[in-house]
Amino acid sequence: MREYINGNEAVAQAVRLARVEVVAAYPITPQSPVVEEIAAQIARGELDAEYIRVESEHAALTACYGAAVTGMRVFTATSSQGLAYMFEMLHYVSGSRVPVVMAVANRGLAAPWTIWADHQDSIACRDTGWIQLYVETAQEALDTCLQAYRIAECPEVLTPVMVCLDGYVLSHTEEIVEIPAQEVVDAFLPPYKPREVVEPERPLVFGVGAGPDIYPAFKQAQQAAMDRARDVICRVDEEFYRIFGRRYGGLVVPYRCQGAEVVLVTLGATMGTVREVVDRLRQEGRRVGALRLRALRPFPAEELRRVLAGTRVVAVLDRNCSFGYEGAVCTEVKAALLGLEKPPAVAGFILGLGGQDIRQADIEDIFRRCLAASSGAVHQVAAAQS
Amino acid sequence: MKITELPEEELVYGSFACAGCGGILAVRLALKVLGPRTVIVTTPSCLLGVTTFYPQLAFKVPCVNVTFPSTAAAVSGVATGLKRRGREDVHVLGVAGDGGTVDIGLQALSGAIERGHNFIFLCYDNEAYMNTGVQRSSSTPQGARTTTTPVGLRGKGEDRAKKDMMRIVAAHDIPYAATASIGYPQDYLRKVHKAKETKGPAYIHVLAPCPPGWGYPSHLTVHLARLAVQTGQWPLAEYEKGRLTQKKIDNPRPIEEYWSLQARFAHLLS
Repeated sequence: MREYINGNEAVAQAVRLARVEVVAAYPITPQSPVVEEIAAQIARGELDAEYIRVESEHAALTACYGAAVTGMRVFTATSSQGLAYMFEMLHYVSGSRVPVVMAVANRGLAAPWTIWADHQDSIACRDTGWIQLYVETAQEALDTCLQAYRIAECPEVLTPVMVCLDGYVLSHTEEIVEIPAQEVVDAFLPPYKPREVVEPERPLVFGVGAGPDIYPAFKQAQQAAMDRARDVICRVDEEFYRIFGRRYGGLVVPYRCQGAEVVLVTLGATMGTVREVVDRLRQEGRRVGALRLRALRPFPAEELRRVLAGTRVVAVLDRNCSFGYEGAVCTEVKAALLGLEKPPAVAGFILGLGGQDIRQADIEDIFRRCLAASSGAVHQVAAAQS
Repeated sequence: MKITELPEEELVYGSFACAGCGGILAVRLALKVLGPRTVIVTTPSCLLGVTTFYPQLAFKVPCVNVTFPSTAAAVSGVATGLKRRGREDVHVLGVAGDGGTVDIGLQALSGAIERGHNFIFLCYDNEAYMNTGVQRSSSTPQGARTTTTPVGLRGKGEDRAKKDMMRIVAAHDIPYAATASIGYPQDYLRKVHKAKETKGPAYIHVLAPCPPGWGYPSHLTVHLARLAVQTGQWPLAEYEKGRLTQKKIDNPRPIEEYWSLQARFAHLLS
């Protein structure tokens, strides 16, 4: 069935199709329509789930954790300050290896106070042990939420997943979305069967204390699970393709990168604008391409190296800033490319903070500056961050 | 419930608690009433530090550990999940000290009571943040010396009155709430039993003296827990069916008797 819906509604449809059993959520702009729509689905009898109307985002994620340890498939969603408020619980959930799935409608952080899109909120949570997938369209938001449960619940992974969609640009913009039939989703996503649950008959601890002798082993196990998640994300995407006929490329989404001299790397919905510019410049005979990082954690360093080897300049467009340095994605891309024999120069650009429009002209300007720069002059380009 | 009816079975076994720990006694007695069909939800507190350090599990029931502010939020999730699994025969017991209850955990507790989940919340009150080294909480009694309310030229110990948690939880129209003291185990066990029988949220606030925090020899724990009641420092109260009742203390004993046994009040008598 095809419907004209926005990103938030697409996420709510995925929650219904995933047969989520417990939802605990606190509304925040621009995420609120997700939790409103889920409440409406339950009220209409379309989704058989418990809805815990918590008093805060901190409690939302905590209640999800509590329900998940009893074996429930759980969901929550948030944005910006709400995600910041969840911060300490993010670590608890990932460290306890509980497969929570959360949608983040990306939004800038105060101060100054803002409700509009950028990636500062989820980027600030890069190191919380969550898998982070960034989507480009409402369709991908729906499909990725379904994939997220498969990834998170996979015994090799057992790691929570954040599905990040740009606030307003995706959360509130409508597009035609294919909504799969329940029986098809059921075939792709069987009920959650955890190995360990809270059961009085079989005492165990979730969130145990650990001394210096054993703490590193827990963290190594988490890191190993993240490493395994790379394959699982790709595998799940392929399986999704076989059933639904749609796939997203797993970890990275390259666009016209073959033979490209300059490639622009970015996250999220901006890629749509970037594609248009790439097409136009290619028509002019400019050798440009683009690459969207679908997964930021685990970071697809090998895939990046494979696609970007032979590129002269890599431009990174960040919708965040690691204050005192540069855009966080830029740093990550640089680090990944160091593994190459002849690494391309990397130029960082910060655009679109707090909902600032990213126009085709801005993207074109980045491409032209990078094309014009001789290898030696790229550092100037990097210094001239917009 | 009579003490002679208590099961022999211990659901807390081999903990690292200090000798004379009032907190572990409060939890141990509560579990004897609640029985093995219980799930404990708690925070990185004294209790957790002495019961669940990998690979140790001193509880013979499952334990879910969570961040400091959110014991009651995790309780909400666990209670909801168990209900959905048809395990309504399982008691969900949230346990936190006074810090995790009356201070950082208050918001989550308020939310969980207001939503009406089926759970028991046990606050074991040792009247300061004991696990971090005896800093004041809003449950520290007026006049007490702690490491953040020191006594000196300008310091006179804690200068605020103890927060009245019973009135706070009662204002939520909670089905059942009570204060208790480990010095009066029969009264305490009866209240835990009532909480166990209550449908919806129940709250028990039990006084649990702390030898290193209060500064007294460990064999005096029960004695001090009784003296606190007998000197009128710790009322034994119950809130049910919208009514708050309090056990009257005839001829209260002089407060000096209570203070003189504890280093935290020594400056008040000198």
